Amino acid sequence: MTTPDSEVVADQRPAGDGDDALLEVRGLRKHFPVTRGAIVKRQVGAVKAVDGVDFTVRMGETLGLVGESGCGKTTTGRMITRLLEPSDGQIIFEGQDITHVSQAKMRPLRRDLQMIFQDPYSSLNPRKTVGTIIGAPFRLQGIETEHGVKRAVQDLLEVVGLNPEHYNRYPHEFSGGQRQRIGIARTLAMRPKLIVADEPVSALDVSIQAQVVNLLEDLQEEFNLTYVVIAHDLSVVRHIADRVGVMYLGKMVELADGEGLYNSPMHPYTVALLSAVPIPDPAKRKGRERVRLQGDVPSPLNPPPACRFHTRCWKAQEICGTVEPPLVEVIPGHRVACHFPENAPEGAGAKVTKAAEEAGLTEQSG
Amino acid sequence: MTAPIEVTGSELEARPDAVLDGVRKIEGRSLGQIALMRLRRDKLAMTGGVVVILLILMAILAPLLTAWFGHPPSQFHQDLIDPNLQRPLHGPWHSGVSADFPLGIEPTNGRDIFSRIVYGARISLLIAFLATLLSVVIGTVLGMVAGYFGGWVDTLIARAMDVFLAFPILLFAIALGGVVQGKAFGLSGNGLRIGLLVFIIGFFNWAYIGRIIRGQTLSLREREFVDAARAMGARAPYILFRELLPNLLAPILVYSTLLIPTNILFEAALSYLGVGVSEPTPTWGGMLSQAVPIYSLDPWFMIVPGVAIFVTVLAFNLFGDGLRDALDPRTR
Repeated sequence: MTTPDSEVVADQRPAGDGDDALLEVRGLRKHFPVTRGAIVKRQVGAVKAVDGVDFTVRMGETLGLVGESGCGKTTTGRMITRLLEPSDGQIIFEGQDITHVSQAKMRPLRRDLQMIFQDPYSSLNPRKTVGTIIGAPFRLQGIETEHGVKRAVQDLLEVVGLNPEHYNRYPHEFSGGQRQRIGIARTLAMRPKLIVADEPVSALDVSIQAQVVNLLEDLQEEFNLTYVVIAHDLSVVRHIADRVGVMYLGKMVELADGEGLYNSPMHPYTVALLSAVPIPDPAKRKGRERVRLQGDVPSPLNPPPACRFHTRCWKAQEICGTVEPPLVEVIPGHRVACHFPENAPEGAGAKVTKAAEEAGLTEQSG
Repeated sequence: MTAPIEVTGSELEARPDAVLDGVRKIEGRSLGQIALMRLRRDKLAMTGGVVVILLILMAILAPLLTAWFGHPPSQFHQDLIDPNLQRPLHGPWHSGVSADFPLGIEPTNGRDIFSRIVYGARISLLIAFLATLLSVVIGTVLGMVAGYFGGWVDTLIARAMDVFLAFPILLFAIALGGVVQGKAFGLSGNGLRIGLLVFIIGFFNWAYIGRIIRGQTLSLREREFVDAARAMGARAPYILFRELLPNLLAPILVYSTLLIPTNILFEAALSYLGVGVSEPTPTWGGMLSQAVPIYSLDPWFMIVPGVAIFVTVLAFNLFGDGLRDALDPRTR
């Protein structure tokens, strides 16, 4: 899906990402201005919600984005679907730069780039029937249907495991899990290539979460979908994601395949995050050492210089507050942004430090 | 709200065969249908609603009603008037009430009060409805635009609302009524007076509903279904009128029904002050104003239009309150 007059970006992907990248995000930033003054507004600062994030999503894979509240993962998702305008950086979808494409030119691209929303109670218009809600994409995008919109909608209802006869019902007549299925059906109506799922199950009961996660996996196989799953629940991400990116205060601190990340987390923040996951088995729980982080997440209005995590990190040294560690591939398929990574081979930290010096990332001041 | 029960109790008893067959059409109940069910249970609101419907019917059927029960509204019956005191000769308290004149006759020239009340309802309701429609249309569109787009658009519209809210509308109406005489804007006579009243009452009242709609839009715009529509490639008009407007219907409906009685009162006040529709066309406010100098001799002439205004305003308010409770049970 490329419009003729769109900017085609030259192939300059970082090595090791392969050629099957569907989505590429480079140095993505979103700064929300903080203004003061009633009539003449002047900017007094900026909330650095996302501050330079790079990652690639390959065709057919699931990338999980995890991190605590306020780390910028939802903002990232909304920028990818262009619900928010990025402040800086690049979003490249199928080789086409869509970072600042106008809303009019974005419209045809939206068929390929869809979003599943967090709250199934607010993502469905309460005044519309399920049929109208799921049928809206067909009408908005002018998609031709073989047997009419109603039939197409009923097929979609069946695909997501709902009764096609519920076509005329209203959202309030469904449970949370059913509503989320309706939202997924609406997303599927466009036959998208990439779906950004923003906390797709966090508003649901635990028993329903598994059903919806499994549905997402089945659909991925059936429709050859690529997912970016945003979640704060590490077990959900572990279940669904092929690769996982960990975010902290608007930065990506670690990006690795699921196994690598969960078995040998390198960034101290990831280590702390994983150690906070409750283990249901008391016998297994005994041998584990809990890492308790001190203090709160610093304000994104005025984030700490260099490594964002150094104010709470137990391994932090002087360099962490002066030289910003870039996201470096220390072993194949495992990237980390830390001068002193855990569970890492000898010299991994030095590799990061060296890359930082080469890139000139030494922090001058605040 | 859990899964609904398709067949209610009464339907079960009425059509047992439908249950035995097991054939039930799966049809959702919309929020509107649920609100209607709630409204039906509210006896006070239903009474108000019935009175409102009767009043509207009365206004529509005015020619028929006067033909059956009265006399033409501008016909003089001075033979029934006491030539010295100028009040009706007959009836209890000299009201002129008789089988021929169910609500009595006017003092001085003896016109049929029943006919004048019935025809007066036409003017009152017509002006109140049209003015409400004007306020609601302007208020809804500007309120939605201000709330959805925000920024300088919002600032501009919000300031305009402040200006309109602070406007001395009664003084302006009296002044405008004096200036606009004879023919203007292609209208003349009563058409012009009605148009003028609709404009004054409607145009200067949009800010109230505009504020409500703006506030509701501000909260609705943050709902994820708006983002979902944007993610599907919907344009702003689609989001405003297809996604947001259906969710704003409840407040629009409620404030319309509550605005109508205010407008009836306002129209009566303007007629009382002589700004409204001129003689011989009957209006409730005009009748009240004629009754004031003579009320000690003929109180009946003042009571009838007063009660008409009171009942109408009360009925609309009861219905409006009930409607609000039915549409949004949380406010109760």
